Amino acid sequence: MLVIRNLRASIEGREILKGINLEVKEGEIHAIMGPNGSGKSTLASILAGRDFADVTEGTVKYYGKDLLSMAPEERSREGIFLGFQYPIEIPGVSMVNFLKTAVNEHRKHKGLEPLSASDFLKMMREKKELVEIDSKLANRSVNEGFSGGEKKKNEIFQMAMLEPKLAILDETDSGLDIDALKIVANGVNRLRKPDNATIVITHYQRLLDYIIPDHVHVLYDGRIVRSAGKELALELEKKGYEWIKTGEENSVQTWKPGMS
Amino acid sequence: METRNELTDKFSRLFSQTIPGIRASSFELFNSAREKAMEKFLELGIPTRKNEAYKYTNVEPLFRHDYDSFFIPGPDDFAKAERFKCDVADLDSHGVILINGFYPTIADKIKKLPGGVWIGSLNEAAKKFRDVVEKHFGKYISGENDSLIHLNTALASDGVFIYVPPGVRLNKPIQIINLVESEKDIFNQHRNLIVAEEDSDVSLIVCDHTLSPNRFLTNGVTEAFVGKNAVFNLIRVQNEHNNSSKITNTFIYQESGSRVSSNNITLHGGLVRNTTKHMLAGERAECLSLGLYLADKFQHVDNYVNVEHLVPDCNSNQLFKGVLDDMSTAAFNGRIFVAKDAQRTSAYQRNSTILLTPDTKMNSKPQLEILADDVKCTHGATVGQLDENAMFYLQSRGISKAEARLLLMFGFAHDVIRNIPVEPLRQRMDDLVMQRLRGELSRCASCMVKCG
Repeated sequence: MLVIRNLRASIEGREILKGINLEVKEGEIHAIMGPNGSGKSTLASILAGRDFADVTEGTVKYYGKDLLSMAPEERSREGIFLGFQYPIEIPGVSMVNFLKTAVNEHRKHKGLEPLSASDFLKMMREKKELVEIDSKLANRSVNEGFSGGEKKKNEIFQMAMLEPKLAILDETDSGLDIDALKIVANGVNRLRKPDNATIVITHYQRLLDYIIPDHVHVLYDGRIVRSAGKELALELEKKGYEWIKTGEENSVQTWKPGMS
Repeated sequence: METRNELTDKFSRLFSQTIPGIRASSFELFNSAREKAMEKFLELGIPTRKNEAYKYTNVEPLFRHDYDSFFIPGPDDFAKAERFKCDVADLDSHGVILINGFYPTIADKIKKLPGGVWIGSLNEAAKKFRDVVEKHFGKYISGENDSLIHLNTALASDGVFIYVPPGVRLNKPIQIINLVESEKDIFNQHRNLIVAEEDSDVSLIVCDHTLSPNRFLTNGVTEAFVGKNAVFNLIRVQNEHNNSSKITNTFIYQESGSRVSSNNITLHGGLVRNTTKHMLAGERAECLSLGLYLADKFQHVDNYVNVEHLVPDCNSNQLFKGVLDDMSTAAFNGRIFVAKDAQRTSAYQRNSTILLTPDTKMNSKPQLEILADDVKCTHGATVGQLDENAMFYLQSRGISKAEARLLLMFGFAHDVIRNIPVEPLRQRMDDLVMQRLRGELSRCASCMVKCG
C-alpha cells in the first residue's frame, strides 16, 4: 500500500532524510527505531503532509497514488492517520464537535450520508470501550488539560473512530507509564485488520513487547541502516544504538538504495 | 465640509427645534438636566481622534451625516410596534420588544412581568416610581467627560426603565429585542435606567436588530444600579447591518456583595462603540466584563471598558476576544482604576484578537491606575493568527482547511461564551457565533420575532 523510494528531505537547507526506502503491505506492522535526531518524526510528518520539511528527491506512492501531492485532509480521508508525538490542545472545540466533523468529512469522501447525532454518539461509545478511554475525556475540549497519557490514549481513540488503512504512530509510547502503554498497545492490536497496516515509530523497544512488529527498521542519520524481523528490536535493546553507530561505517558502505 | 463649529451648531439648532416637543413628554428631572448637558456638549464638541478615549474610533463622520429624522417616537411608531407584537410567535412571558430603543406601548406604558419585574417607558416610570427614578437617574454618569453622554442627556426623549424590587429573583432571563426600523435615515438617542434592588437576581438579554437598510446612528445611555447582594447579568447581542452605527454607553453601579456581568456580543454592525463602566462601590462586589467581537468587511468595533475599584475587597475580570476578517478593525481599551483605600483588590484583564488577513487592524490598550498598595492585578493582550499546529492537527483528521479555520475561530470565541454566567444562554450564543462565522446569520435563530 505504501512505497517510499529514495526519499530525501531538508529543513532549512539541512538534509534530514538522506534517501529512505520502505515498503509497507496490508496487514503488516512496521517498527521504525532509531536514536533522537535520526529523522523518525520528520518522516512521519512528511507522510501526514506537514510541510515544514522540503522534499528534495524521491517518491511516496500510496495505493499507486502520489501521496506527496495530496493535502493533509485528503490523505486522512484516503486512510492515513498520524498519531502525534505531541497532540495539540484546542481550547473551546469539544471532542464531540471535532470528531463529528472529522467522521462526517470521511463519510462524505466515501459518498456516505452524515451520521445522525444518535448514531454518532453510539459510535463514540463503542469506540471508547474498544480502546478503554475514560468517557469523560470525550466531553472535554480537544486535548485541553489532558495529561500526557490521556493525550496519547486520545490519539488511539481518534484512530479507532477514523479506522485508517495506514496508521503512523509517532513516539506514541513516549512519556507513558506501563498501564497507559498497555492501553495504547491493546488499542492498536484490537484495531488491526488484514487490510490495514501500522508504522510504529519509537525510541525504545518497550512498546514492542506489546505490539509485535513484522518488520523492524533502524533509522540512523537520515537513512535506514538495518531492516530485519522483530528480533532486531531485541538486539537493539541489548546492544543499544551505539552498536549501530559503531557499525555505521560498515553498514553505510554496504547499504544501497532499495536494499530495505 | 462643515467646520467643527458648524457641526456643533447643527446640534444646537436641533436642540432648539426639538426641545419643546421633547420637554412636553419628559419628566421634570430629565428636563432640568438638559440645558446644562447641551452647554457641556457644545463646549466639548463631537469627539475626534485627538480625544484619548476616541483615539481608535472616528465617530465624527457619523454625526456629519444629515439624518432625515432624529427619532422621537410618534403615534405611528407605536402603532407599528403594536403590529410587530402581533407577529411575534411563541412570545415568551419575559419577552419585550422595543422599537428604535423605545418602549412602544400606547395603552400599557409600564407593566409588571410575571415574577415581579417592572418594565416600561422611563417617562412613565417617573410617575409611578418617582422616588426610584429620582434616586438613580443621572447619578452614575456624573463627572463624565464624554460629550456624547451629554448629548444624550440633552436630547433623548425616553427609553426603557426596568425595576427589580428587593428580593425578586427571576429564574429565566428577560429578553428585550430592540428593532431598528425606519424608512428614513435616523439618529436615535434613548436613555435607559435599570434598578436591581437588594437581593434581587435578574438576567437581561438585549438584542439589537436592524430591519430596514437605512443608515442609522444610535447613541444610547444606560444607567444601572445593582443593590446589596443582588445579581445582575446584562447580555447584549449586537446584530445590525453595515450601514448602522451603534454607540452604547453603559454605567453599572454596584453595592456591597453584588455580582454583575456585562456581556457585549458583537456579531455584526457597521461601527460599534461600546463604553462600559463598572463602579465597584460596595465591599465584596464582583464584576465580570466580557466581550466578543466578530468583524469583517469595513466593520469597526471598539470596546472601551472602565472598571473602578472604589472600596476594598472587590474582584473584577475583563475578558475581550475578537476575530477580524477582510479589512475590519477593532479596538479595546481596558481601564482599571483602584482607589487609594481599595485594598485587597483583585483585578484581571485579558484581550486577545485573531487577525485573519494582513489588512485587519487591532488596537489594544490597557490603562492601569492603581493607588492602593495591596492589589492583585494582571493584564495581557495578544494579537495573532490562527495556530498553524492546530490547523494541521485538524486537517490531519480529514477536516478541510475551511472547516478547520471555522472550528478554531469557534473555539477561540467559545472561551468568552463559556464564561457567560447564565448557563442556558451559552448554547444559544454558541449557535449564533457558529452561524455568524459560517456567514449564515441574517437573523438570530433564538429571536422570538418571526418577521418576514
